[in-house]
Amino acid sequence: MLFSTRDPFEALRNFQRGLDAARSSDWFGTGTTSGGAFPPVNVFRKGDDFVLVAEMPGVDKSKIDIQVKHNQVRLRGTKNIHAGDGVSVHRRERAVGDFDRVLGLPAEVDADKVKAEYKDGLLTVFLPRPESDKPRSVSIE
Amino acid sequence: MNQREMPVREKQELDAERETTQAGRVYAPDTDILETTDALTVTMEMPGVDRNHIDVRLEKNVLTVTGNVDFSKYEGMEPVYTEYNVGHYTRVFTVSSQIDQDAITATINDGVLEVKLPKHKEYEARQIQIQ
Repeated sequence: MLFSTRDPFEALRNFQRGLDAARSSDWFGTGTTSGGAFPPVNVFRKGDDFVLVAEMPGVDKSKIDIQVKHNQVRLRGTKNIHAGDGVSVHRRERAVGDFDRVLGLPAEVDADKVKAEYKDGLLTVFLPRPESDKPRSVSIE
Repeated sequence: MNQREMPVREKQELDAERETTQAGRVYAPDTDILETTDALTVTMEMPGVDRNHIDVRLEKNVLTVTGNVDFSKYEGMEPVYTEYNVGHYTRVFTVSSQIDQDAITATINDGVLEVKLPKHKEYEARQIQIQ
């Protein structure tokens, strides 16, 4: 941290900022699952298939590992922020660290046909259901 | 490698008092503010916002950053499980007179907007030549 001696109030302000940051973080939170796991995920149904969208801005694409087995999707990776040297922090809200979470889907997924894209900080995973598992209409003879 | 669990803050929705003319929710992006000897860097996370839908505006020392999300991506999709809401992003900062307002630059990468606010030369440390 760089402290300026010109302005004694700056130290007070830094202290206040530190207090604010501690209060707004989940560090002193009372809940056991205060924010949920990273990354936050939405799952959609598109026709017969599923689409999973996860918000993970600023994650290196090569550091994302997606695994699919039966009806489970595993998202794993690391989110790093490089601040550099000689930097003082005024505010830190962005989350950093490793993540690893498994989501269960309501139906089987064809693991060979899963496609994923990472764009603008959104990870979109297209999860098609196997043809054999899709509902089909039966004609009456 | 650290094994601690990553904290996830719930998205902070802006006060209802602020009226908008567009549809959709508006959130305050998670922000880091870092200072070096010659500049301030404001980094905001705006997942789902591309470079064409970002507006960084400076007016009378007030820096307003707006990022709009393209909802057309979600057309024809029916949510089955949701953990977060999708919405636009806005955040307002007051810029001190130390900042060289003409030299402010912004870049966006993977949903992370970085606004660089260089300080005026006279606020930087310098050496005086002896004549």
